[in-house]
Amino acid sequence: MASTETRPAGAPAAAAAPPVRVVVAPAGWRADLRGVKVVWQRELIRFWRDRLRIITSLLQPMIFLFVLGGGLAQIASGGTQGVDLRTFMFPGALAMAVVFTAMFSAASVVWDREYGFLREMLVAPVRRGSIVLGKCIGGATVASFQGLLVMALAPLVHVPYSAVMVLEVLALQLLLAFMITAFGVMAAVRITQMQAFMALMQMIVMPLVFISGALFPLNGLPRWLEVLNRLDPLTYAVNPLREAVFSHLTLTPAATAALLPGITWFGWQVPIAVQVLVVVAFAIAMLGIAIATFRRA
Amino acid sequence: MSEPELAVEVRGLVKRFGDVEAVRGIDLDVTAGETFGFLGPNGAGKSTTISMLCTLLRPDAGNARVAGHDVVAERDDVRRNIGLVFQDPTLDGYLTAEQNLRFHAELYGVPKAVVPERMRLVLEMVGLWERRDSLVQTYSGGMKRRLEIARGLLHAPRVLFLDEPTVGLDPQTRRSIWRYIEELKAAEEITIFVTTHYMDEAEHADRIAIMDQGQIIALDTPAALKASVGKDRVQLQVDDTDATIAALRERFGLEATIAEGTVTVAVDGGEAFVPRVFAELGVPIRGVSVARPSLDDVFMSYTGTTIRDAEADGGPDPLMRMMAGRR
Repeated sequence: MASTETRPAGAPAAAAAPPVRVVVAPAGWRADLRGVKVVWQRELIRFWRDRLRIITSLLQPMIFLFVLGGGLAQIASGGTQGVDLRTFMFPGALAMAVVFTAMFSAASVVWDREYGFLREMLVAPVRRGSIVLGKCIGGATVASFQGLLVMALAPLVHVPYSAVMVLEVLALQLLLAFMITAFGVMAAVRITQMQAFMALMQMIVMPLVFISGALFPLNGLPRWLEVLNRLDPLTYAVNPLREAVFSHLTLTPAATAALLPGITWFGWQVPIAVQVLVVVAFAIAMLGIAIATFRRA
Repeated sequence: MSEPELAVEVRGLVKRFGDVEAVRGIDLDVTAGETFGFLGPNGAGKSTTISMLCTLLRPDAGNARVAGHDVVAERDDVRRNIGLVFQDPTLDGYLTAEQNLRFHAELYGVPKAVVPERMRLVLEMVGLWERRDSLVQTYSGGMKRRLEIARGLLHAPRVLFLDEPTVGLDPQTRRSIWRYIEELKAAEEITIFVTTHYMDEAEHADRIAIMDQGQIIALDTPAALKASVGKDRVQLQVDDTDATIAALRERFGLEATIAEGTVTVAVDGGEAFVPRVFAELGVPIRGVSVARPSLDDVFMSYTGTTIRDAEADGGPDPLMRMMAGRR
């Protein structure tokens, strides 16, 4: 058996410094608020560190806009009533950038579990709900920032800058990103492997984005697609985004009718406010489920 | 209070996973300021017990108070007063050491005014102050563990739980980690609750509990535990082992065994036996060594297995594996 006297017999080095008396703050909403804040800050720091991700996340919407949009414009010119297909796809590209960045933010929960950091948060003296909320606000912030970067491309697709438009779009992006992050966190708490989470993105998020009408107008759809479209929560974020962008363009009535038919429920034209409310309701529901799931984790 | 303050107070604690009773009604008192060693083979219920004390698991029966607070009813008060260092890293590798600590300080509500001073204190204690701006992913395994210990101390917990703090580290780093722990005891009023597989490390503890099959089967100071196992081992190096064994039986009434060419006997008071064996054995002796019972022997006698064997057959607790995710 090895000797236990392995340290020098001298006085311990740390004894020289008088201990700093620490009285930690009591529990309560302030503690929970701090929990929200630090988790949010961490998302920002990590997003900022990961410049490569910022660039790659920018690449995807650009490919959709310029490669797909530019290529398909040749055959789609008849259906867009003289509007450039890229202009039409621009709000969809905004939505896509936000959705994928938000999903990646939520994926960090899976990493955090894998690298153990999740436990540091789980044992902290704050409510778990505040951690989820911080994560969702963090995801919403970075995804909206990503959305703003795509927003900067507006002049390239014949959409002039306008402060009102930017603010409207930003508000919608925040909401959309919050909903997606909450959905992602809810899924990520149950999923322990990154591969499974990526598969989820492919199987659920991609179809939801396509079905939402991010890349096509909502009129004249086959019946089954129309039903799926109305059930897709993303629809109610993409359409207001498009309205916000297009309201600053001068379109012919024919083009508006073709490209912006709006959303109808059994023949009832759903007002934008109601559409936004659908997204808010979904976001709250997702957040609620995510928190409940996280509590049990 | 005239009685010594209790840092950990456990009464009839039970935890079941389905049909398996992982912890079967244990009682435990740890006095404030004590270094308490918690030993046992894997699957003994150590990790489950620690998880309950740290409020990560709800007990099915019984109760536990840590730092004066009930682990179920006053969960957040317990959490605020304990520091945790798990065997698996729980650091964010994408942040710097300082950012990891700041994050922790905010989560635990350490007053802003004392954070810089406190951060410097704990980082200097583990020798990482110079590296505070490096990303944690650039740290070695030993540095990460030291940073975890620093972080566990940042909010000045009253009880520090160390779950296998030195597992997987090289001997030098293991020693330095124990040196930090000893320094810490000198610098702060803190109770340390540590699990370890290394029996030599358990010697650092003021008292030791050995857990097996969900129950605490021994609890005492290392010296008392070793004394309870009893005899010293005397090893004789001789040329004629058969004659030695015969002589030992004849003259001393002792049954000896042969291992690797040396004859081993168990006796009370090994040192006093040495002069006698030279004087009375009548067989030439080339060398002799006396070994006190080690904690390995203690572990062996209580659990019927060496801790290494115990480690070899069982994986880590399924619970901790689940909590840790990766392994």
